[in-house]
Amino acid sequence: MRLTLAGSTALTRRHLRPAFLLERCIIYTILTGFSLLFSVPFYWLITTSIKIPDEIFAYPIVWVPSTITLEHYIGAFTIVPLARYIANTMIIAIATVIGAVLSNALIAYGLARINWSLAKPLFAIFLATMMVPGAVTMIPVYIIFKTLGWLDTYLPLTVPSYFGAAFFIFLLRQFFLTIPLELSDAARIDGASELQIFSQIVLPLSKPALATLALFQFIGSWENFIGPLIYLNNKDLYTIAIGLAMFRNEYGLREIGPLMAASTIMILPVIVLFFLTQRTFIQGITLTGLKG
Amino acid sequence: MIQVSALRLRISRRRLECELWGLLFTSLGILHLIWLTAYPVLASLYYSFTSYSVIGRWRWIGLQNYERLFQDPEFYNAIYNTLYLIVLGLPIGIFASFLLAILLNQRVRGLSVYRTLFYLPSILPAVATAVLWTWIFHPTHGLLNIALQLLGIVGPNWLADPAWAKPALIVMGLWGAGGSTLVFLAGLQDVPQELYDAAMVDGAGRWAKFRYITIPFMSPYLFFSLVTGLIGGFQAFTSAYVLTFGGPVRSTVTYVFYLWENGFSYLKMGYACALAWVLFVVIVVFTLITFHLVGPRVYYAGR
Repeated sequence: MRLTLAGSTALTRRHLRPAFLLERCIIYTILTGFSLLFSVPFYWLITTSIKIPDEIFAYPIVWVPSTITLEHYIGAFTIVPLARYIANTMIIAIATVIGAVLSNALIAYGLARINWSLAKPLFAIFLATMMVPGAVTMIPVYIIFKTLGWLDTYLPLTVPSYFGAAFFIFLLRQFFLTIPLELSDAARIDGASELQIFSQIVLPLSKPALATLALFQFIGSWENFIGPLIYLNNKDLYTIAIGLAMFRNEYGLREIGPLMAASTIMILPVIVLFFLTQRTFIQGITLTGLKG
Repeated sequence: MIQVSALRLRISRRRLECELWGLLFTSLGILHLIWLTAYPVLASLYYSFTSYSVIGRWRWIGLQNYERLFQDPEFYNAIYNTLYLIVLGLPIGIFASFLLAILLNQRVRGLSVYRTLFYLPSILPAVATAVLWTWIFHPTHGLLNIALQLLGIVGPNWLADPAWAKPALIVMGLWGAGGSTLVFLAGLQDVPQELYDAAMVDGAGRWAKFRYITIPFMSPYLFFSLVTGLIGGFQAFTSAYVLTFGGPVRSTVTYVFYLWENGFSYLKMGYACALAWVLFVVIVVFTLITFHLVGPRVYYAGR
């Protein structure tokens, strides 16, 4: 958009200069080099998971598998109960997404759209709590859940999401502030209650922000490792993260194929979600990265 | 007069309603603050002065946990490992992702492809990443050593050699460093083009433009990744757990790994809480130092 017509002809002339061409070459060479470095592990993961065992350990490396086998995927589902792990993780992830969307929307609404005395101090406190390392609260929170008899249940992994999280409160509050206050005022004059304004005006306008939140929460629950590690002993309750880690610790590298197949399966939903929601994703990152 | 006081009454009633609605909407969050933040933080401080172990009796032992901690060679080992990972890994990570962002900002074709490639590894589950890298680090059949062999280098036995396990963790971490590339790129695209144009008119060279325009404008972003990287680095756990389980010879026992061991393997919860509080203080101190040393050099446009 910055280019005017005169500018663009100047640019083309500049394009032909050897110095410019050399510079482009260097830029693309470095970028291609890094792209290879970044993508080779993906390639290695996926090809290992579909190679026949002889080719996994073949030397020199077999870059293109001669045959594609699904035996490692079958192995991943039979050596460990991977299907159960996936189902377990889905249950937790869905429960936390519901909890996080509901609770954070309510809290952020109270901080951004209602003019009351504690709105600002409370927000400052939420921000401050982001600095408390999880390691500090880990043990007392464990003891609370143990006292409640919640060990080896999904409650410690899901219930907290129903009470909001500072990062999400921050994200939603910033978004709610961008919705004109006049909309709320007009509705109030028409006699709408705060709950009606919340559910019928603010929430429908905040779908992109709520989607970002749901996405981050889902991936967070899918990837969560330390929570299941601390709270789950019963192998039937394992999530995919803890199940995969234990699979690796038990079998070491003896079951390389199935291990890579299971890792591919764990990575897959994250990649699929990323490609489906790339815009939301990147907006979320850059929004929460610094701006706001 | 009556009308005025009625109005005032109505206003104060409206105010009271706002206060109540505010309280109602944020009540879940307030409960969170009490139940899952304030109480645990204080309880953890209290436990750190006791011999709490979940099972069996526990008693107040004053500063004994802290005294023991400062004589504990494992504590210093964990600090050394954690600092090693931060001091080497963080600058390399920030430098690499900043470099990539600058290259991507040169109006390259296929920007979205590069961006996706660099970004994707940073959002992958840490467990899956670590499992994949245990295979990449395999001494004889792993991708890394085979690649090194092509360059004529005999790669080390990464995960079995105490001298190479920490570098292995750093290498694996660099694969995920592209996350900040995205943030840097967003920042670079916000630098006003007029400034570059004006500098060009004034005859400024490449380096001058980079040094006096790009760097100042990007300093808040760089500072932000330094601080968050520092805070995150002190809490490294999952990668060390899955990739090496603290080994070999405890060379990858990070601070939080040691804390977790004490709390949940040795069941020395009081001691673990003392470790947690030392970590808390260390993080706050490091963050403050960073703000003091680097903060004043950060340039915020329009402020």
